[in-house]
Amino acid sequence: MGKIKVVHYINQFFAQIGGEEKADFPAQLRKGEVVGPGLALTQAFGDEAEITATIVCGDSYFNENIESATKQILDWVKEEAPDVFIAGPAFNAGRYGVACGTVADAVQSELNIPSVTSMYVENPGADMFKDKVYIVSTKNSAAGMRGAIKALAPLALKLAKGEKIGASCEEGYIPQNIRVNFFEKERGSRRAVDMLLKKLAGKPFTTEYPMPVFDRVAPNPAVKDLSKATIALVTSGGIVPKGNPDHIESSNASHFGEYDITGVMDLTAETYETAHGGYDPTYANQDADRVLPVDVLRDMEKEGVIGKLHHLYYATVGNGTAVASAKAFAEEIGRRLVADHVDAVILTST
Amino acid sequence: MVKEIERAGIPVVHMCTVTPISMTVGANRIIPAIAIPHPLGNPALTPADEKKLRRRLVEKALKALTTEVDGQTIFKD
Repeated sequence: MGKIKVVHYINQFFAQIGGEEKADFPAQLRKGEVVGPGLALTQAFGDEAEITATIVCGDSYFNENIESATKQILDWVKEEAPDVFIAGPAFNAGRYGVACGTVADAVQSELNIPSVTSMYVENPGADMFKDKVYIVSTKNSAAGMRGAIKALAPLALKLAKGEKIGASCEEGYIPQNIRVNFFEKERGSRRAVDMLLKKLAGKPFTTEYPMPVFDRVAPNPAVKDLSKATIALVTSGGIVPKGNPDHIESSNASHFGEYDITGVMDLTAETYETAHGGYDPTYANQDADRVLPVDVLRDMEKEGVIGKLHHLYYATVGNGTAVASAKAFAEEIGRRLVADHVDAVILTST
Repeated sequence: MVKEIERAGIPVVHMCTVTPISMTVGANRIIPAIAIPHPLGNPALTPADEKKLRRRLVEKALKALTTEVDGQTIFKD
């Protein structure tokens, strides 16, 4: 058997085309090229495998054209006919993670070519695709590249060779909620007592049956009469008064801002901007109404369509921000909105 | 964030471009938006047309808030 053929998918950032200003870069096939993290993969493969083509696509382009971009990429992969397809690693980049999961799933289910991707467990792409393709677990930033490649390369080779894939904890992928029967060395009662002793001694132990997390909140009843309702705006798109007075971080935000828009009829380039570092800020900086629609809500308030626009709005930056932080911000925002008798919320995300 | 505000007891409509992410995070009322860097605008339009576009989207969002839903719902039109 010759070398295993690999096709690798990466985004515009890891292809060193550019950051957010290039996120609309359309899908591109680079035959015979090894780009960015592909170099580290190649090194890890040794003589066993080679990347025969790299597909590069901007994150915004992919997510705004999911169907056509996926189809284009499938056509290319089909033509290249690799033994395995690798996407990423995407770490905690949300749109990149969704792109990696989407293409890896499509290649595997439609072309029957084994696929694997890699990202941080809180990446939205992980929840969406963990039961469809193997997703190697990474740290939340590209600083974890080395560890990611160390698990990704061997798993890709195993998949290409059709070898048996071990449990998630052995191979380093995100658990897929699949249970496999096997014989343990120790019987159950013994393992349970061992676990209990560790727990009593305050030592770390691993449960054999983690409880699934079903965290869904039922929808609240609809607003009965808009013309009497107070509507509040909340955004994860980072819209802040010019100068970002609360210094909300451009990524992994540690706090949110509360801003008074009493008397503000329109957000302008002189008065508002975005603090968000995860999308091209040009358009939001020109006119922040494109993210936080204050202008039209003021019109609708004047026309009596809504009762009123709440005089405070809340903003943070949803860019690589930990789920635990976002949850804590929104709990506090929710408390304040309830205290202010707000009837409904429009939350915008970029 | 959508989920925690909903949990506080206030109906929320989520306006975003990548609706699969909105589904994953547990939003109940979802309005697909225009594009990631300008969800409620389109710089290719004239300012007047752009504002009309934004008005239509916000009207859809308000309509979603006045609509009873029994689970996660993407309001296409």
